[in-house]
Amino acid sequence: MQLDDLNAIAEKEKAAAKKICLRTCMSAGCMSSRADVIKKNLDAEVKAQGMEAEVEVRRVGCMGFCGQGPLVGVDHDDGREELFEFVKPEDAPAIVSSLKGGPCDVHRGDPKHPFFAKQVKIVRANGGIVDPESIEDYIAVGGYQALHQALTELKPAEVVEAITKSGLRGRGGAGYPTGLKWGTVAKSAGNKKYVVCNGDEGDPGAFMDRSVLESDPHLVLEGMAIAAYAVGADQGFLYVRAEYPLAISRLQIAIKQAKQLGLLGGGIFETPFIFNVDIRIGAGAFVCGEETALMASVEGKRGTPRPRPPFPAESGLWGCPTLINNVETFANIAPIIANGAEWYASFGTEKSKGTKVFALTGKITNNGLIEVPMGIPLRQIVEEMGGGAPDGRQIKSVQTGGPSGGCIPAQHLDTPVDYESLTKLGSIMGSGGMVVMDDTTNMVEIAKFYMEFCMDESCGKCIPCRAGTVQMHNLLDKILKRKATARDLAKLEELCDMVKNTSLCGLGQTAPNPTLSTLRFFRNEYEQLLQPDKFGPRGNGEPKKASVAA
Amino acid sequence: MAAKTLTIDGKPITAEEGATVLQAADEAGIKIPTLCHLDGVYDVGACRLCLVEVTGVAKLLPACTTRVAEGMEVKTDSERLRKYRRITLELLFAERNHVCAVCVANGHCELQTLAYSQGMDHVRYEYLFPKWGVDTTHRLFGMDHNRCVLCTRCVRVCWHVEGAGTKNVAGRGTRSHIITDLAMPWGESDSCTQCGKCVQACPTGALFHKGSTTGEMERDRGKLEFIVTAREKKQWVTAD
Amino acid sequence: MKVRLATVWLGGCSGCHMSFLDLDEFLIDLVDAVEIVYSPVVDVKEYPENVDVCLIEGAVCNEDNLELLHKIRQRTKVIVSFGDCAVTANVPAIRNQLGLGNRESVLQHAYITNAQDNPSVPKADGIVPQLLERVMPVHEAVHVEYFLPGCPPPAARIKALVGQMLSGVEPKLEGTQLKFG
Repeated sequence: MQLDDLNAIAEKEKAAAKKICLRTCMSAGCMSSRADVIKKNLDAEVKAQGMEAEVEVRRVGCMGFCGQGPLVGVDHDDGREELFEFVKPEDAPAIVSSLKGGPCDVHRGDPKHPFFAKQVKIVRANGGIVDPESIEDYIAVGGYQALHQALTELKPAEVVEAITKSGLRGRGGAGYPTGLKWGTVAKSAGNKKYVVCNGDEGDPGAFMDRSVLESDPHLVLEGMAIAAYAVGADQGFLYVRAEYPLAISRLQIAIKQAKQLGLLGGGIFETPFIFNVDIRIGAGAFVCGEETALMASVEGKRGTPRPRPPFPAESGLWGCPTLINNVETFANIAPIIANGAEWYASFGTEKSKGTKVFALTGKITNNGLIEVPMGIPLRQIVEEMGGGAPDGRQIKSVQTGGPSGGCIPAQHLDTPVDYESLTKLGSIMGSGGMVVMDDTTNMVEIAKFYMEFCMDESCGKCIPCRAGTVQMHNLLDKILKRKATARDLAKLEELCDMVKNTSLCGLGQTAPNPTLSTLRFFRNEYEQLLQPDKFGPRGNGEPKKASVAA
Repeated sequence: MAAKTLTIDGKPITAEEGATVLQAADEAGIKIPTLCHLDGVYDVGACRLCLVEVTGVAKLLPACTTRVAEGMEVKTDSERLRKYRRITLELLFAERNHVCAVCVANGHCELQTLAYSQGMDHVRYEYLFPKWGVDTTHRLFGMDHNRCVLCTRCVRVCWHVEGAGTKNVAGRGTRSHIITDLAMPWGESDSCTQCGKCVQACPTGALFHKGSTTGEMERDRGKLEFIVTAREKKQWVTAD
Repeated sequence: MKVRLATVWLGGCSGCHMSFLDLDEFLIDLVDAVEIVYSPVVDVKEYPENVDVCLIEGAVCNEDNLELLHKIRQRTKVIVSFGDCAVTANVPAIRNQLGLGNRESVLQHAYITNAQDNPSVPKADGIVPQLLERVMPVHEAVHVEYFLPGCPPPAARIKALVGQMLSGVEPKLEGTQLKFG
């Protein structure tokens, strides 16, 4: 494979394009509403109506507007775009005949809806456009050009430099500067190094990485290959949770295709660079999204975290320097290399560059996936793009960062969405889950829900997380059952502080966050549930000294 | 090997490069509470009792896995650390059924000793009273899950000292528990070499020698007969 | 004025009270300093008002225990959890491990399964108190000022704690004085 071959594939693919393209979303969300049957029926109908010469029915990845699915997009060769929503398998004849001006009462969406119009797509640029099971489709939109560019025009250190300059920060949640991490792995001594992609997305209400893997697997593979070249690794692992079977099967297809074309394996683009990728499937433990637990799991051990240092960059898989990045981080790499660090850094804020994908869910009119520039006010996301709370309710709070994050109250909706601003509000950027709550939501119940999640997902290794989450959960339950007193609330707050400061890994260290943030902004909801302390200390406050001397 | 100088609780100390803060403190006669640490096996930093404050580091660090560094200033005792240690111990006592009064390890238990050292005179959290069993299928040893603190010392000695790999951890969160081979009764384990290192490693009454609990005494009178027969008839045989 | 002292026996084996009697000649000194206003060893039926110190032995096992405890808290300045059953719920709480329905299953086991004659669960409303669903340590039901663990706490330890209180020192058991089991 050389550049000419790559370009030839792209040209051939573009030449084969038909006048009209019916893009049928076949990601997990739409698939669960029988998108596979819709695609089959559309195919049959195009044939039946004799339109095969001008109409292509394309399997595509996620278009983002998941709440309106199943979705079918239509691209006309004159640039016109149409969108069908809530499509049912029996709608196929009407949709196809509408292309010839026939009658069609299938629900139409607006492709210029603010939900789409406000987005800036870098990571999800190909989502809903290319066939995720076709490497040619990916190559036709410029795929693997960045890998070629990196391997033939840049030294590894220059790739690291470009990523550093772009200002990209880890999209898994913590926001560690990606270039700095790559530089550390590149400089770590060792003949064998690894690149690991963390696809163990597990926050409740988060499905960004799943969508990227299902919609554009080659983008992630290309990013990993560029990373491997930059840090000097020859082996990659894609760690994907078992609950994402479609993502796994599409990755398997993608790896096979890339190997066949010589874009993975030995001598990529006829350079000495070797890179192989294997998939490792998680077994259901949320904590395996924590990098040291993930590595233990890849090694075939029980998935539990270990203390850092040593960091994976120095001692990771089997003791070798290992680069671990999240799916979305890797998905940003090829666009950065292809378009330049300055281009990427032109999006976002001073400290948070680029875009971020969010899964917008909960009590919100428009549910789905959005990609927005960093620094966009939260209000724009939930009100303009999300359309506010349904049924005329008011938005009360937006939960970001899942069980490690917090609840941002409505009075702070003008906060720009960037790493620092969210942290200041006691929440975190997290991996991109954004759960909207309306004024009917009981915030103590929300805190209990997330605590229950952490309690169930604690690996059991360190005591504060294993036993502390259980006690915090029980205290929250006691408060909700109106059996708790002010002393119980004090106990809860003390435990939050203890678990946060003493737990071994991020899971435990952040488990109290939803409770702490609801206590910070919605304390009255807790206090309203408290009972008078009838059998508390005699008198008020602290137990008195036993001044019972005769 | 280069030496590092540091201070622990204000006391200037030299330690070998690569030594842990726990080792350095121990050499200097400064006692840091530990539970999952066991001399002779590698550390896992799981019990969080040995957390110390290090100047310039925002997070608390486990003394057992943190290496000494030049100029490091370590504090092993503060009001905050004492509070956290006591809570840790209370959480442990509340988690399983640690009924000291009827425990084989009463008076010889590291969990008790730690509780006393941290002034824990009661547990403020609700006891969970989980239902756990006792595995007495092994000929020599017993495992009482009610007393287990999941320090994994038994697992580590079994894998890394004995090399048998019999003991392991199964389950997640507070349902985590020690298993034998593929979660089978201990007595049916093929890999157990019956070395008893796990019993020696256990800080509580979770692992015990059989015969040491109330009413368990069994006598082997055959031993006497064996000796007498051997002495008188010069025959080293047993009755069966 | 003498310190008004009470001792109470909830769900426990009375071993802590036996240990209290083991104070031997210290009991004579104690009588000079305290008035025992309520105790299994004195004949007072109703827990009195204005008690200064109450030593509570035993876990909270039944409705009577709980009712008395609530009364004690309202009428007492300083409560001391006296012995492991009061401090940790100890052996009486082992039934909690049976989970929900443990109350029924222990009664079944004791009065039906293992009965030699007349198997039947004693039932007399207003006389035989109902077991609580879950046995609790005393401080789970009411606030407790001080803790004196031990099964039972030996007389020397009781003496130490009572001595501290009588001399107006904040009672605190440390070192070898602090011991469960």
